[in-house]
Amino acid sequence: MKPFRIHRGRVAPLDRVNVDTDQIIPKQFLKRIERTGFGQFLFYDWRLGADGKKNADFVLDKPRYQGASILVAGKNFGCGSSREHAVWALADFGFRAVISSSFADIFANNSAKNGFLAVRLSEQEVAEVMRQSRENNDYQLTIDLELCEVRDDQGFRAKFTIDEFVRHCLLNGLDDIGLTLQHEAEIAAYEARHSVPSALFSSQP
Amino acid sequence: MAAKRTLFEKIWQGHLVAQPAGRSPILYIDLHLVHEVTSPQAFDGLRASGRKVRQPARTVATVDHNIPTEPRGTPITDAIAAKQIAALQNNCREFAIRLFDMDSPDQGIVHVIGPELGLTQPGMTIVCGDSHTSTHGAFGALAFGIGTSEVEHVLATQCLAQQTPKTMKIDVRGRLAEGVAAKDLALGVIGQIGTDGATGHVIEYAGEAVRGLSMEGRMTLCNMSIEAGARAGMVAPDETTVAYVKGKRFAPRGDEWERSVEVWRGLPTDEGASFDKVVEIDAAQLCPFVTWGTNPGMVAPVTGRVPEVRSLKEGDRRATELALQYMGLEPGNRIEDIGIDRVFIGSCTNSRLEDLRAAARVAKGHHVNAKVRAMVVPGSQRVKQAAEREGLHQIFLDAGFEWRESGCSMCLGMNPDILQPGERCASTSNRNFEGRQGRGGRTHLVSPMMAAAAAITGHFTDIRNWKFQ
Repeated sequence: MKPFRIHRGRVAPLDRVNVDTDQIIPKQFLKRIERTGFGQFLFYDWRLGADGKKNADFVLDKPRYQGASILVAGKNFGCGSSREHAVWALADFGFRAVISSSFADIFANNSAKNGFLAVRLSEQEVAEVMRQSRENNDYQLTIDLELCEVRDDQGFRAKFTIDEFVRHCLLNGLDDIGLTLQHEAEIAAYEARHSVPSALFSSQP
Repeated sequence: MAAKRTLFEKIWQGHLVAQPAGRSPILYIDLHLVHEVTSPQAFDGLRASGRKVRQPARTVATVDHNIPTEPRGTPITDAIAAKQIAALQNNCREFAIRLFDMDSPDQGIVHVIGPELGLTQPGMTIVCGDSHTSTHGAFGALAFGIGTSEVEHVLATQCLAQQTPKTMKIDVRGRLAEGVAAKDLALGVIGQIGTDGATGHVIEYAGEAVRGLSMEGRMTLCNMSIEAGARAGMVAPDETTVAYVKGKRFAPRGDEWERSVEVWRGLPTDEGASFDKVVEIDAAQLCPFVTWGTNPGMVAPVTGRVPEVRSLKEGDRRATELALQYMGLEPGNRIEDIGIDRVFIGSCTNSRLEDLRAAARVAKGHHVNAKVRAMVVPGSQRVKQAAEREGLHQIFLDAGFEWRESGCSMCLGMNPDILQPGERCASTSNRNFEGRQGRGGRTHLVSPMMAAAAAITGHFTDIRNWKFQ
């Protein structure tokens, strides 16, 4: 996993609440069996008209937000389906982080597994970042996971909290499967005490 | 005296493998359900790192999300979908995982077959790469959805590193009135607490109305927990639970059964145990609900109206305006005046035998409105067979409904069952997000009875006034 320590980048505002993963990546693109190439389908129904042509009004396609790597959005971002394709699409499109006042649990978990940061700020702070990114061309933020801080060059500074273990994995780009397997002895001991129910073996295919 | 514990705490603590300092607790997973859409990248990950599936016997797979509901044997014309199904078949063969494939009499929606095969049992930890895994909590299991990286984690380790969730009790006082279904209770809860009202929490549903629900009803209720943002939803096991599990294909037998039941009886929350949050719901205030917007919290009584935007808080106003614009509705529209084009009876929320019985009871002796196309998609092959033995399919066919093969179908429209742009659908599924059932499609979530009634009248109709034939 790609480590996340300090990232500076352009901010794009998505001024909607409850952005669900069906919007982030619609279902017709979930049939691919790869982890890559989902960026082209990000926010597909909002970005492209029914005729397949780009909707020039959609925020991510406005020239001033080209190359944005930080998305700021309303509360409850990533709700709905567990599809990790949502994080893959955001990351593949070029985003490294999303800022919101709250995230759905599964989305937050999926983000952490992909070196992608879900930054939770207060509603007022999110509104301030949203305003700045709308009013100032090339509004940039620095997201500092070492200090758990978001800051800009104009004096905005906000602290955020994140689970300490998740932070540790992100900072170091750790594969948490490997970390769990360090507990092989404990897993084996647990399995010795809790055998697989016999019915699951009796009619193996 | 031992500390008083909730149902959740008993299961959580009983499955802790390790609690490393400064790290998330490591939880053992009893049952891992797998389907075609969220697993291929996880199996690729195993291969790339040279890992194996730790417990193939605790891993069970089926195909449900993208398969057609045409008669089985009809070739799959979507080449990418076919490739995804083939990938699951190959992965199950390579890693020796039990697969209920397209042609299996036990195939079905993963959250329908787990319970009906007796794989789902009280006290278990159950995960699946699907948010509606919360369904299995109806049995007093801790069941939650995970992403593909976590699917790989469970395949490799049979464990999951998880932050400890908070607990929430939803206490439903009183009984549900005639015509008010488990679906209406679920929609009522989400309408009250909001689509993020339970984020970070595991819900335990309690109270007289919940105790009175069948297992099917409890599954509908727990299924929708994720729509309130909950990590999981649970109902304490009782005699209803035990009676349901008994004799199922993978249920314990003989001495193992007796021992299991004894353990299950110790699972319910101890008297006096505390929750991080408690919500009370008055069952008398519940009625048949219809969603009018683009998330399941945007809901109104069937006798009500689409809300006036100006009456809302600033933050909610814009979301409501966008939702109404998408849905083609105006503030103040009467719900019963909303006409529909399509009806979908199915999904992991409402496609079990009891759901089909309820819908058939409404449909019997009536005919689907001339402008409506209505489809019934049983949740599994077993549900389909059982319904056919009772003649439910004939009632539906006589009334002009389509009777199809089992799968997720138009709940998420990954297969050819989708809405056309602008089409309005009364759906027994769980999500009314923009484009969920097809780009530009407009979804209204309702109970199976309400969906059947809407199919017949062509608009939303209060089931409490229905003339049953």
